Amino acid sequence: MISCARTRYHNNGDEKRELLSSEVTKVWSRVGGGSGLHTSAPRQEIRKMARLRVVDNSALGKSAMLEGRPPKCIHIYNKRGVGFTGDKVLVAIKGQKKQAILTGCHQDQKPLVPKFDSNNIVLIDETGSPLGTRIHVPIPTMLRKKLTDMSRPKGADYTKILAIATRFI
Amino acid sequence: MVGVGARSGAARLFGVLQGLCRETWGCQARGVATRASTRVLPFIPTQDPDVIRKVPHDFRVVYPEFLPNPVPEWRNRLREKIERKDMLARRSNMPIPEFYIGSIMAVTVADPNAAGKTNRFVGICIQRGDSGLRAWFSLRNVIDHQGLEIKYEMYSPLVQNIEVLRLEKRLDDELLYLRDALPIYSTFPSDMETEILQEGAPVPVNPIKVQLKPRPWHERWERKNLQGVRDLGLPERFYKKAKLHEKPWEKYDLMKEYRATIPEEEQADIFREISSHYPLLESTRRRGKRKRVLPSLS
Repeated sequence: MISCARTRYHNNGDEKRELLSSEVTKVWSRVGGGSGLHTSAPRQEIRKMARLRVVDNSALGKSAMLEGRPPKCIHIYNKRGVGFTGDKVLVAIKGQKKQAILTGCHQDQKPLVPKFDSNNIVLIDETGSPLGTRIHVPIPTMLRKKLTDMSRPKGADYTKILAIATRFI
Repeated sequence: MVGVGARSGAARLFGVLQGLCRETWGCQARGVATRASTRVLPFIPTQDPDVIRKVPHDFRVVYPEFLPNPVPEWRNRLREKIERKDMLARRSNMPIPEFYIGSIMAVTVADPNAAGKTNRFVGICIQRGDSGLRAWFSLRNVIDHQGLEIKYEMYSPLVQNIEVLRLEKRLDDELLYLRDALPIYSTFPSDMETEILQEGAPVPVNPIKVQLKPRPWHERWERKNLQGVRDLGLPERFYKKAKLHEKPWEKYDLMKEYRATIPEEEQADIFREISSHYPLLESTRRRGKRKRVLPSLS
């Protein structure tokens, strides 16, 4: 609204524009908006359309990250709609749909749960086995329990991710 | 520590105000007090000047979690008293060393999922908060080019050991800007050795100024008046806007300071209560410092 007003007054001479811009800054400072209307810090949750970072060495994930087109989360397989460490997500990567496991989250975590600087995923196939052969960043130890609990005797087995990890935190 | 004189002045002012209010409002104020669901034990200030003098002047800096949160709605003097007892009991089992924001620490926790059932994490303390048994601190480190932060509750029974590898302070009260700094500033080797500090020496302040990555950042750091950061290199409009958000009058706001702190008299009262444990607390501190001296001798 304010920007509309500003453009309307642009034609009426420099003086008026000066006055208005100073008013706008005052209002702006009171509202607390800078570049946009958001005044609170983002929560950094993993929801649909969130960009993620592939941390395994699969050819698909590596090429997507190198091209600067990181995968996008298009579904989270839990009832909350927000992804947490160890949850399974569906990602759109290079025009394909792939499943992945979240191995680190950027949002604020509970005590003793590591908070990562990026939202990390490891790509998996339908049977739960990873597409890559190595993970080059640390993964939380709580995944040991969570992935074991998620695995089913005759269904998907997610524990192979633990085998390709290089370091636990 | 800063503005203690002003602090007690404000306390006196508040006392006068309270008295005036009680006279004018009378029964109304009393009615509110009785209706409140949580009962707050009355505070009886200590009269003995010797006791006040005996409290080591740096206790409120070294053990900030012994001072309760000053928000009046959350005060409950009985609960605070019991919590302090539990804290001392925990400290007698597992010594918690003196540390500050910017100190490099190693924490060992019990972790059923880790190999060996324990998990050790080394990092720089970037934030600490809360009081009583809920006191916590956050450590940050960069491992395999991946920034990591872990929050620890100081009095959690899962915490097995807290070591201070390098005891030092930084120029700022919170180091959250390390998230937006170059990774080199928060990288510490996990096999770092404990560094030496002379016994009785003051805690050194590290005057390092970190280089931030270019925007976008997690917060608008130009508005935070950071001391430990190199020139942010932003266009002039950012600093103009930061100027508009400045609140230079807040440091003169006595009532704001009053609400944000525990009165000096009450602090003395709290530290008098734990005074029987001074030898224990002090010996932990000294032992920690002496341990840092020993490796140089050997």
